[in-house]
Amino acid sequence: MKFSEQTEARLARLIESRPPGHLRSALVPMLLFIQDEVGAITPEVVEEVCQRLGVSRRDVEEVVSYYSMLRRKPAGRYHIQICTNISCMLVGGAELFEHACRKLGIGHHGVTEDGMFSLEEVECIGACCWGPAMQVNYDYHHHVTPEVFDRLIEQLRDNGGKARER
Amino acid sequence: MLHPEPHPAEVVLLTRRFRLPDSASIGTYLATEGYQAFRKALAMTPEEIIEEVKKSNLRGRGGAGFPTGLKWSFVPRNSPKPKYVVANADEGEPGTCKDRLLMQYDPHSLLEGMLIAARAVDARAGYIYIRGEYRYLIEILDRAIEEARRHGLLGRNILGSGMDFDIYTHSGAGSYECGEETALLESLEGKRGVPRLRPPFPATSGAFGCPTVLNNVETFCSVPPIILRGGLAFAGLGTPKNGGTRLFAISGHVNRPGVYELPMGFNLLRMIHEVAGGVRGGRKLKAVIPGGSSCPVLRAEECDLPMDFDSLARAGSMLGSGGVIVMDETTCMVKAAARILRFYARESCGFCTPCREGTQWLAQVLTRLERGHGQRGDVEVVRDVARNMLGRTFCPLGDAAAMPALSFIEKFRDEFEAHLEGRPCAAEEVALHA
Repeated sequence: MKFSEQTEARLARLIESRPPGHLRSALVPMLLFIQDEVGAITPEVVEEVCQRLGVSRRDVEEVVSYYSMLRRKPAGRYHIQICTNISCMLVGGAELFEHACRKLGIGHHGVTEDGMFSLEEVECIGACCWGPAMQVNYDYHHHVTPEVFDRLIEQLRDNGGKARER
Repeated sequence: MLHPEPHPAEVVLLTRRFRLPDSASIGTYLATEGYQAFRKALAMTPEEIIEEVKKSNLRGRGGAGFPTGLKWSFVPRNSPKPKYVVANADEGEPGTCKDRLLMQYDPHSLLEGMLIAARAVDARAGYIYIRGEYRYLIEILDRAIEEARRHGLLGRNILGSGMDFDIYTHSGAGSYECGEETALLESLEGKRGVPRLRPPFPATSGAFGCPTVLNNVETFCSVPPIILRGGLAFAGLGTPKNGGTRLFAISGHVNRPGVYELPMGFNLLRMIHEVAGGVRGGRKLKAVIPGGSSCPVLRAEECDLPMDFDSLARAGSMLGSGGVIVMDETTCMVKAAARILRFYARESCGFCTPCREGTQWLAQVLTRLERGHGQRGDVEVVRDVARNMLGRTFCPLGDAAAMPALSFIEKFRDEFEAHLEGRPCAAEEVALHA
């Protein structure tokens, strides 16, 4: 597999920064960076990573099954991660998650039929003082009320639709 | 994320650059005494550096509160193995969001703290282990690292001193457990985040089996001011054995939630009522989790105390990671406890039985109590399971789950009984009379 120039540069930096004889140390970030481009850890990605790092399939599989951000199937174009942990819960995080389920018509780990949105109830994302908080892909959104959420979804749907036409 | 001005009670030391234009750039950093502490450290012996850090009474800001200077002194400098410096930027304790600000607004202070640690233990490389969700911070830190290299502050023969040292970012991919230092090292080596047996401690056998200094981001960021102004000056800001300032993240039911830099030992009630603007809607304070979700909860009447490691320990709780979670009288304590325990059940790595099974039991029993499906004896089940986990799990995650479970049922037992018997709990009473 060959990735974009940007991803390849990132992977090269990752490999350069490992101590001699410890190539495997690049495994977790490498999987995440590749997933960012490919969308999921597919069997081809596993094979590719094995070759690049000289590790076994088992080494890769056990890591993929451990970390919550690594996934086998692609998420939606916009992956919505809503925190319902204690600090966000106290200011409406759980209600926001329920609202999102209704608005998108999907539940935890669901993907909308058009592949535009996926939803995940996540644990603390380090935005405790600015809750209810969520991430859309890697972007943080703070103080998200149901109204703010709805506006954002319409905007994303619009952007996503246009991107698809192009 | 920042209030326009610091609160008058704040002592801005680590946060003093936060509101400067372009605060993350090396230009701003250099113009505000940046890398002066490192230059000073270059002229000091490793022993002198460690002595200064010891004098500062700096204690680990990740949660355990271990004296930093002492931790550094355990690194066998004469070992023929390479040594490493690792920053724990896997901020994940619910209620904690301070390291995020330090890296976003002042990434060079983290790099400088790591450089000074490297000088103190003769390390050859440093890694910043950042949780995967903090992706934008990797970009910010990579930029800062590149700037530092261009200025000859990282790489070979740093500032002509003969010192070789470089820093690299490293990403996690979603795991609370990786905040535990040995699980973090496993993850750094490309494995599942399962903790290691201790001893040996990372100081003697850490990253890649080599001696390693491993500290929280805020801990490293505290080091430059210590070297620059002297350990005693830093110590003097806090209380005995609790030096310096701390970044407290105040969240929950307050009017002005936020991250505030306050001297160690600052009164908790003052923190809530004065600094964070009081309880929202003029409601009554009910309870506070003083240092992130793993710390035993305090009742409102227990909150008149100084926020330092030893005072909190005397009060039967912990200062932890400084995440102050404030709950007003409308909060259902059963719901709060159940949510916290579901978190630990989800994040337990599953390696040791008491934690894997215990967290699941606690989460399930508390959740059914919350939802009104509790069974007679459930509160005792929670207590028994939690007590049997304490001190019996392989790493601190088991204790981190058992401690809140025990404190919630001990301090708010009535509410658990009410849920069991189908009576309205105290929070619902408040709602009824509102």
